[in-house]
Amino acid sequence: MSFDISLWLLQDGVTNGSIYALLALALLLVFAVTRTIFVPQGEFISYAALSLALLQAGRLPGVVYVLLGGGLAAAALELAQALRARRWRHLPRRLALYLLLPGAIAALAWWAAPRKPDLAEQVLLVLALVTPLGPILYRIAYQPLAGASILVLFIVSMAAHYVLSGLGLVFFGGEGLRSRPFADAHFRLGVLDVSAQSLWVVAASLAIMLVLWLFFSRSLYGKALRATAVNRIGARLVGVRPELAGSLSFAIAAFIGALSGVLISPVTTIYYDTGFLIALKGFVGAILGGMGSYPLAVLGSLGVGMLESFSSFWSSAFKETIVFTAIIPVLLWRSLTTRQVEDEEE
Amino acid sequence: MSALLEADALRVFYRRVEGLHRASLRVAEGAIVTVIGPNGAGKTTLLAALMGLLPCGGRARYAGIDLAGESVEARVARGLCLVPERRELFGDLAVEDNLRLGAFTRTRRVDRQMARDLESVYARFPRLAERRSQAAGTLSGGERQMLALGRALMARPRLLMLDEPSLGLAPRLVRDVFRAIAALRAAGVSILLVEQNARAALQVADYGYVLETGETVLEGAAAELAAHPRVVATYLGLSGQTARA
Repeated sequence: MSFDISLWLLQDGVTNGSIYALLALALLLVFAVTRTIFVPQGEFISYAALSLALLQAGRLPGVVYVLLGGGLAAAALELAQALRARRWRHLPRRLALYLLLPGAIAALAWWAAPRKPDLAEQVLLVLALVTPLGPILYRIAYQPLAGASILVLFIVSMAAHYVLSGLGLVFFGGEGLRSRPFADAHFRLGVLDVSAQSLWVVAASLAIMLVLWLFFSRSLYGKALRATAVNRIGARLVGVRPELAGSLSFAIAAFIGALSGVLISPVTTIYYDTGFLIALKGFVGAILGGMGSYPLAVLGSLGVGMLESFSSFWSSAFKETIVFTAIIPVLLWRSLTTRQVEDEEE
Repeated sequence: MSALLEADALRVFYRRVEGLHRASLRVAEGAIVTVIGPNGAGKTTLLAALMGLLPCGGRARYAGIDLAGESVEARVARGLCLVPERRELFGDLAVEDNLRLGAFTRTRRVDRQMARDLESVYARFPRLAERRSQAAGTLSGGERQMLALGRALMARPRLLMLDEPSLGLAPRLVRDVFRAIAALRAAGVSILLVEQNARAALQVADYGYVLETGETVLEGAAAELAAHPRVVATYLGLSGQTARA
């Protein structure tokens, strides 16, 4: 293997790795706040990537029906809950959130799709279409079971994954789509030929990480999410509703999923079920980082990206096998070194 | 006098032993009311039920509204706050962030108020000001108790429920905590105090209840309760007296 090739593989690894890093951060966030292993993250990637490609073709992406249907179901749940408890105070705001907002976004998409908006507008529209799916999914599938064990929540996640991926097949069809690159330019950096698209990916990932860092270290809502992750009862005692924290973390995760889909859609052809494998690699990155530390998860994900690009060079048939096998030694090492003692507060 | 909090025959069915059968109590506006009782009598359960952390039967009214169906967060927003026995601080977050989150239910109001409340908590507990940027998990037991109190104060409580505030503290710190409780009442906060340290609790309180095996068995003005033979024998354990009379 020549120096040029390894540089090229390195670039590929960093590009993919930074997308995995974003996904790993979202998974960690959702797990810390709601104890949910967020399997359906992958569907948001597929939805966003396919929606972007369809918008570029001037067609209305089918995700609007998922959005409207999901919003309707969530609103029905809110209505049933309000009826049962005979409490109407919060109902108008929640109905607006689950009916009016998705309706407005869907109407915007319906109006804009045939007019072929420019790239920035397409990307914003895709983010607006996919991000509300996070809180809607949380409301329908997870909030009623918020007190359940991690295993039950995981099973819910698997179910949600299959349902969303099935809906993806219904509304997007089975053929793969690829969107146009954000920019066609290439830069020569020594021997390396850097595509503008991979610069976009890396820059956007860094920007999102910075925004996340600012959100969690500066804003009160970010701190409220951290507080819920650290101490659920304490968070309730200061008035942070677990539903608010769950909904917010799912919104962030869905936004990150959608953004990852947008970033990756010009790089590879995306099918309705491709996102699952991509999100799974983010999950591997989070595990390599110990499933608890955000910076380590980023490093782990970059590692996954490298491992993937180098193993696809040496033995591309075993690419996925090598990546997913990498977690075994890490898990072994962690189960041998971590003591199973819960840290008590006192 | 109208009662700020009124609980009538509260029952809690609990998976584990410590349950509540028939606990009734009243807290008058501006009063310090204490609940004393042995370990496992259901004192912590009583507070958790009043806070909405545990589902309970019976009736509880606070500030004129029925508490049934009110969520924990809604109760906090109405000024009913709990400083739990386990403190439940946010260990990874800085002391100041813990305090700011204490005011989470009133974040939509002006920020200037928040700064003023923060200063008043720091004035009350200067140690917290020294450690404002330190992670809460690194504090000592006494500092944790101060932080838990301060965090609850940031919510501007109308009725503050304190669960064993003196637990695990050195005697000098216990004195500080009880002094802080008396000062809070002077500032207009009503207090429901659960304590194993019955002597100190009855000294600071206006009115008291004795809770045994999940039932309120005795009540009275704090001074009378402190002189009641049963309380003296069981909870105050005066030396020179045969304990098991």
